[in-house]
Amino acid sequence: METKQENSIYGIVAEFSASEVLKAACRKVRDSGYKKTDAFTPFPLEGLNEALGARDKWMPFIMLMAGFVGAVSGYTLAFWAMGISLPLNIAGKPTNSWPLFIPPTFEMTILTSALVGVVSMLILNGLPMPYHSMFNTPNFDRASTDRYFLTIEAEDRLFDEVETLEFMNTLGADNVSVVER
Amino acid sequence: MPKQPAELETEVTGGEKPSGDSRRSLRDMLTSVPQQYDPEMQNQIIGSHHTLESVTAQISDIALKRPISLGWLISMFVSLSLLALMFVSVMYLILEGVGIWGVNVPVGWGVGILSFVWWIGIGHAGTLISAILLLLHQNWRTSINRFAEAMTLMAVCCAGLYPLLHVGRHQYVYWMLPFPNTMGLWPQFRSPLIWDVFAVSTYFTVSLVFWYIGLVPDLATMRDRAKAPWLKKFIGFFALGWRYSTRHWQRYNAVYLILAGLSTPLVLSVHTTVSWDFAAGIVPGWHGTIFPQYFVAGAVYAGFAMVINLGVPLRSFFRMKDLITMKHLENCGKFMCITGNIVFYGYIMEVFTAWYSGVVFERYLTFDNRMFGPYAWSFWLLIFCNGVFIQLIWFKKIRTSIWGLYIVALVVNFAMWLERLVLIPFSLTRDYLPSSWHMYYPSFWDYATFAGTLGLFFTLFFIFVRLLPTISMVEMRELVHHEHHVDELGANDPAVTGGLKV
Repeated sequence: METKQENSIYGIVAEFSASEVLKAACRKVRDSGYKKTDAFTPFPLEGLNEALGARDKWMPFIMLMAGFVGAVSGYTLAFWAMGISLPLNIAGKPTNSWPLFIPPTFEMTILTSALVGVVSMLILNGLPMPYHSMFNTPNFDRASTDRYFLTIEAEDRLFDEVETLEFMNTLGADNVSVVER
Repeated sequence: MPKQPAELETEVTGGEKPSGDSRRSLRDMLTSVPQQYDPEMQNQIIGSHHTLESVTAQISDIALKRPISLGWLISMFVSLSLLALMFVSVMYLILEGVGIWGVNVPVGWGVGILSFVWWIGIGHAGTLISAILLLLHQNWRTSINRFAEAMTLMAVCCAGLYPLLHVGRHQYVYWMLPFPNTMGLWPQFRSPLIWDVFAVSTYFTVSLVFWYIGLVPDLATMRDRAKAPWLKKFIGFFALGWRYSTRHWQRYNAVYLILAGLSTPLVLSVHTTVSWDFAAGIVPGWHGTIFPQYFVAGAVYAGFAMVINLGVPLRSFFRMKDLITMKHLENCGKFMCITGNIVFYGYIMEVFTAWYSGVVFERYLTFDNRMFGPYAWSFWLLIFCNGVFIQLIWFKKIRTSIWGLYIVALVVNFAMWLERLVLIPFSLTRDYLPSSWHMYYPSFWDYATFAGTLGLFFTLFFIFVRLLPTISMVEMRELVHHEHHVDELGANDPAVTGGLKV
């Protein structure tokens, strides 16, 4: 019945011209219990994650783990190559001359951590994603300049086209629009 | 109570803010800097008239709207000519071998290796600005970090060429990498040379990733501002569909900060490893524990000089004097002053260690050869440039004048090249056995290759300034936002104090 109609809606988007109003609106949206929300700001706005209730603490952990993996593999590579695969006596140094294996180990740590960090950031963010329904929002190209946007997605449990729209109209936005998928 | 949107509108986009200005003048009174008309904006890091829209427009319009100018074409022509010279010298090198260079038997490492070290060093200021100053909350770095990072990448490209060219048998270059092969051979992990392979390739990769990730939101801005549909699609491809989502921003910021944290020890490790190439050798004049420290300082020193040498034309060429202000250039000058004097201290300690060690070979090399031998001119010229001339930067008059700063920076870049000439090939001319002594004279092709890599560097740089935002628009917007919201954030915001205290 109405599923078809709902499916064609991505969500309701409010547009703000001031960051404080956006932040206050985010808090209200969070306190009203909406979960599938997102805000769009031309630069990372301090404290907006907390206001929106969107905290993700995985990145540092992922990068730390990747660093460990890099360190272990870097050292193993040097140790295996020099100690097992091709043991050469160089100036009487022991086969496991560990202080000399530290520089490559260190570089591998950094390299792995950096690459894994960036790739997982992109994966967790769902990027690259050239098309997204948000781009259908009127005026959305100014999200990269001086406009702030807040959306409640249609997939949210509490979403109701009429009620949510009314609620969004109370947030002090310059403009509220229903965005198609 | 949240403010009314109408009030905030003027605060976000409006020009004059009485409260903010009074704070600034109070601050100026406290630091006793007279407030007067200041066309170069010596004490500001961004013009106060700027809004979110104006910084974005000013930076993106350079790439999107500005027509190709005659000046750019001429610069590009010169750079491409030098690049052509590089291709010629590389082709000739590959056909004839390293014999076309001035290297000989005791002096196996000549201009090729010293240029490698010079280029790597140039890159380090970029990483220092983008990573270390980010971690230290030096907000003034914002408008110079993008092009300094680009400078890093291009400098590492130039640097990376030299070891590849220097190996002699270029078809075996890939033997430097550890990979399983039918010969059952591995690179020697106990050698600083292989550490260098790891360090430089990691440095290049991480710098590239750091730079690109920093660029993604700016590319999205360019995508949003581009008019032609094909251009929108083209830029949009590289912008990865970035849509300024808060949920994205927080992961992005976490990664960006950690990358800065990773780059900081990385940049130190790279030049340390480069210096180990020499310090781990037993050649007199190389074998010193002072090498890593003063190599790193020297790298940052030359890098900041290059930032000044590139930044000054950039800001006047693209009329960005209110974005890259005199304050930025002066701060770069201060960095040159600190690191330059560390380098000079390194020279003094080298001489002291040579004398104090009591090793006859070290003493001979340092005193009889370096100071009063056939290459004495180079040593004294180096002492003049890096020891005496650099002291001019202590004077505020010189530090805050464009020409003064520019000339000092040029001298520094030259002197750091000279330093590696004194250290690397000239030390090799006199080793333990007098029968193997030999003079070293760089050949035409040595200089041609070096000039060629300058061409490569500037070609890439001019392409970069034409096609991409040379200043991070996201960070500039953040800075404008902070400037306009200073009253709410409190007085100790580094965006107001301009970072470094005078």
